[in-house]
Amino acid sequence: MSLMPRVRWFEEEDRKKIVDEAKEILGEIGVFVENDEALELLDGAGAKVDAGRVMIPASLVEKALETAPGRILLYNRDGSVAMDLGGDRIHFNPGSAALRIFDHKLGDARTPDTRDVRNFVTLTDALPGYSAQSTGMIPGDVPEDIADRYRVYIGLQYSSKPIVTGTFQVEAFKAMHAMLSAVAGSDEKLREKPNAIFDCCPSPPLMWSDLTCQALIDCARTGIPAELISMPLTGATSPVTLAGAVTQHCAESLSGIVIHQLARAGSPIIYGGSPACFDMRKGTTPMGAIETMMIDGAYAEIGKYLGVPVQAYMALSDSKPVDYQAGMETAMGAIVAAVSGINNISGPGMLDFESCQSLEKLVLDNEICQMARRLTEGIELRDDPIAKPLISQGLKKKEFLSLPHTMKWFRKEAYMPGAVIERGTLEEWREKGKLSAAERASARVEEILKGHTPEPLDSGTAGILKELMTEEAKKAGMVKLPAL
Amino acid sequence: MKKHLEECAQSVLDGDQDKAEELAELTLKDSLPVLEVIEHGFVSGIREVGRLWEDGVLFLPELVMGAEAMKKAMEILQPALEASSEKQEKAGHVIIGTIEGDIHDIGKTLVATMLSANGFEITDLGADVPVADFVDEAEKKNADCIAISALLTTTMPGQKKVIDELENRSIRKKVRVLVGGAPCDEDWAEQIGADGYAGDAVAAVALVKRLLKKG
Repeated sequence: MSLMPRVRWFEEEDRKKIVDEAKEILGEIGVFVENDEALELLDGAGAKVDAGRVMIPASLVEKALETAPGRILLYNRDGSVAMDLGGDRIHFNPGSAALRIFDHKLGDARTPDTRDVRNFVTLTDALPGYSAQSTGMIPGDVPEDIADRYRVYIGLQYSSKPIVTGTFQVEAFKAMHAMLSAVAGSDEKLREKPNAIFDCCPSPPLMWSDLTCQALIDCARTGIPAELISMPLTGATSPVTLAGAVTQHCAESLSGIVIHQLARAGSPIIYGGSPACFDMRKGTTPMGAIETMMIDGAYAEIGKYLGVPVQAYMALSDSKPVDYQAGMETAMGAIVAAVSGINNISGPGMLDFESCQSLEKLVLDNEICQMARRLTEGIELRDDPIAKPLISQGLKKKEFLSLPHTMKWFRKEAYMPGAVIERGTLEEWREKGKLSAAERASARVEEILKGHTPEPLDSGTAGILKELMTEEAKKAGMVKLPAL
Repeated sequence: MKKHLEECAQSVLDGDQDKAEELAELTLKDSLPVLEVIEHGFVSGIREVGRLWEDGVLFLPELVMGAEAMKKAMEILQPALEASSEKQEKAGHVIIGTIEGDIHDIGKTLVATMLSANGFEITDLGADVPVADFVDEAEKKNADCIAISALLTTTMPGQKKVIDELENRSIRKKVRVLVGGAPCDEDWAEQIGADGYAGDAVAAVALVKRLLKKG
């Protein structure tokens, strides 16, 4: 076995110090909870509730950590395992909930529509770097009130990969759960083999809104894995120090685990987040800041220490177009995430502070993800002796290309990138029209969309989904769904 | 006097609340002209802070601390000014909040702080504010302006609802409405019939000043 390249952020004693202090924060300062059901659960379990503020004793935290599973499996539509979350295993999926799409031909960002969402899902389905899809864009051609459900509706039809998503409204959960159940076969089958992850975001510092807390409880009850997205912003909504942000993140996440496990002990929950090193000049939340990535890696280490699977919004960029900055920040994030062993890495395709998706970038990032995956596999000593007899053979032949040993290993030793990564000569690049990476990716997008047909849903399930979605649309005053 | 004015400005520039407080008290103790101290001392300090921030020299914590120092001084000087015969030109009253369903607070708070530092009277309703509350409060306070923040596409329509409610109560013409937040832009402001959009706290101050001058 090879040694996996790994980075460590804290000494053992400092990990303990962070977790201990997070428990103290929960016990002494407490967390503000706006959801009645959660307040009842916490009250019933012995937490001190005072006008919405809940002081959670350390014993409750420890009990919740005991029942939270350390490994979570996500499934493709055909029942095969798509994601095995836990340990240091890594998986990528595109960044979620963009308000805009960067239109390559337009050279600018615009509001996406149903067709863009379908193309995005189709690409995700085709690209091997992604273990899961995400509800990556918010389509502008359906009412805002049902956009959360509608994204899932399209996702389930154009990809058989599991789906990372979330609700915008409390009432959305029921409809989304019904669609996911229909695809899984039944509520029970969905619980056994979940095909979705729901993001649940506390509000920094230390608050659970009604919406997101309800999603957390609903996830626990139905067995859909919940993903905690705590988002401290250094110096803005949390202490300015990176360690301070990690500690606040820990306290918020632990409060989420407690509420979740009280709703149903043993339900799957992921220790994720979307912190940022707040930009003190622009007041923005740069995901491409190296310090943001450091907080991500560090809290993931705390999550592993607590024994739960971890997630982060990484491998994305704040750049507006698909340019140097976009590639640089995405690749840095992907590598930091990979060597931190983050199980679910959400972000590819994304630009502009998690607000803009790009089809071209999704194709380019697919390469980054696969390179990062290769990196984590490390260097294996395949032979013993390692090289000596091979060098003798090579010297005899004056080359290594025709050695059976080369044939046996070359595909396993090196990841073969797609044509969007230019490894040809200058002459070749000139002949092909001096294309940039984004231009090469644009051609590849067209190719995939033309060539890839996602496995269709069986007509029965597709019919159920359409019925469910039409019902939701009617409630929002939309009589007919946009043509797919 | 000149030295005193410079020190007042400098205390704001340094974000030194204790110093600003001390200088404001000294102003009253020595019976210095309050209005002049405000306008040529503290206000010129906060203007300089805003300018340096726009030039990228200062960072947000320095901007906020400057505004806090300014507020501290004004808390002391304002009552004295109101009691005196001197009249400060009234900057206006702004109702500000993040729209219902949206708990993003920080951008809105920055805008409120900067407006307050620039002499505006502020009613900060906080986050997750129902549509009716904006309008109720504007009526009650006879406000000049409502500033509505929305950070989510799902909550943006709430900004329009506030404008609709102003129309319903036939007071739309009495109040300027400005919108802000990540998903908003000029087009959105125009589309919903708002009076303007601002992308950051300093731009918001400039916009409110411009709107209230016109109105």
